[in-house]
Amino acid sequence: MLYTLLCYNNEDMVFSWTKEEDDAVMARLNVVHERLRKEGKLGPSLRLVPTTAATTVRKSDPPMVLDGPFAETKEQLLGLYVIDVETLDEALEIARDLGRANPGGAYEIRPVRLFLPGETANSKAPSAAAVT
Amino acid sequence: MTDIGWIDAALSAARPQAVGALLRYFRDLDTAEEAFQEACLRALRSWPQKGPPRDPAAWLILVGRNAALDGVRKTSRNQALPAEEVLSDLDDVEAPLAERLDGSHYRDDILRLLFICCHPDLPATQQIAVALRVVSGLSVKQIARAFLVSEAAMEQRITRAKGKIAAAGVPFEAPGPVERAERLAAVAAMVYLLFNEGYSAPEGSGRAPFCDEAIRLGRLLLRLFQAEPEIMGLVALMVLQHARTRARFDAEGQVILMEDQDRSLWDGKLIAEGLALIDKAMRHNRPGPYQVQAAIAATHARAARPEDTDWSQIDHLYRGLERLQPSPVVTLNRAVAVSKVEGPEAALAMVEPLAERLSGYFHFHGLRGGLLLQLGREAEAREAFNQAIALANTAAEAAHIRQHIDRLMRNAG
Repeated sequence: MLYTLLCYNNEDMVFSWTKEEDDAVMARLNVVHERLRKEGKLGPSLRLVPTTAATTVRKSDPPMVLDGPFAETKEQLLGLYVIDVETLDEALEIARDLGRANPGGAYEIRPVRLFLPGETANSKAPSAAAVT
Repeated sequence: MTDIGWIDAALSAARPQAVGALLRYFRDLDTAEEAFQEACLRALRSWPQKGPPRDPAAWLILVGRNAALDGVRKTSRNQALPAEEVLSDLDDVEAPLAERLDGSHYRDDILRLLFICCHPDLPATQQIAVALRVVSGLSVKQIARAFLVSEAAMEQRITRAKGKIAAAGVPFEAPGPVERAERLAAVAAMVYLLFNEGYSAPEGSGRAPFCDEAIRLGRLLLRLFQAEPEIMGLVALMVLQHARTRARFDAEGQVILMEDQDRSLWDGKLIAEGLALIDKAMRHNRPGPYQVQAAIAATHARAARPEDTDWSQIDHLYRGLERLQPSPVVTLNRAVAVSKVEGPEAALAMVEPLAERLSGYFHFHGLRGGLLLQLGREAEAREAFNQAIALANTAAEAAHIRQHIDRLMRNAG
């Protein structure tokens, strides 16, 4: 069963990390990513640019374009994983492992209803490099 | 990351909001800073066991406020009764917490905290020093090291600057829309000054981290004013310039010119952020100097190789910048683009009238020399290059100009 882990954290804090701290968190996360990849459980995963770069389209008539993220929240959506696991318990276990590598914030775990893996011209090398 | 690592990050992230709110509350910068300091000490004791609070800034505001009030109560028992105004201020304390932590306040709190650092009587470097101390929470020692002065001298400078700020009176009333826009413009200028202080520093300088700090403050401003295209432009400009950091210096610490940089070292994550911000800003159709400069940086960032650079677009953008912010330096920069689009003759015709105003600026002589060389006027070119070298302030700068000239000679040859 496919789940997504939606990664929420306080972006003020995450973007206050020094490069060394950020690298250290990514290195610890990569240990978990690598294990999941070997087990065939890791689907597309991404880390997002700060919400200041976000634009929101409200589906009004006509649609309204707004600067900023959809919702003003204490913690922001900063990334997501798609994981392939048998049970919710297993998904929770993975969230706990990721949480130990990356303190603070929360993971929202949601089952996937439709999954289109897709492919774009830039979805191979550059974006993979951008995530790590 | 260790506990201390993430607690540190949480404290510095919460600092502008918390100190800003405490300043509004106590109406005194030193008291606000001390209250925040005390709250941080308590956080270091409590957060490792209990975990971080959901809203660190609110926690720090509440704890800092209570700690400072306890201090006031303790001293007041040993001293004469406080003046009536102080007592009535204390009554105000009991107003509902929800009102004081209201999100609508904190935008102006943070803006006010940044704005008082931009006092027009303070020279630029002092504005930066105070902002680093008050808003970013760097220690006086760290700031002194970055500016290559003694800790005592920096302490004195910051104290004096804070005295000026206090004497000028901190504006506590909520600003109207025009005043808010003025404050925002002053703060944006200070943030960009901070960025440039880091960007223009030699490699490995203590000022290099200023760039990260300026970007952090810029993103904070943009979060507070999400629909302001000039703030989008400011952040875009800073991240696009900062994206080139790893490619800007050679092994000896010499600056590498953009055309010679290894573009694979440019930071794709920052470029993606900058390009997204510029696209957002453009939609507003309210151009300003930061947006235009960011658009110029974006045009460079989009070119995979130097020869792919869209110079006519850069020429066009500099034309816009000349209208918004006329200056001979902007015209000089446009001349570089014109030389690529129309050739050296047209560019030289633009550059010559600037001689009087830019005769003390080595880039003027460098560019003029380069253009003369392309036109085959070698003797005049050499003379211009010598003038450029004579204007260098340091041996490193002179070496840098020579390197630039060598490249021009190679290209012309």
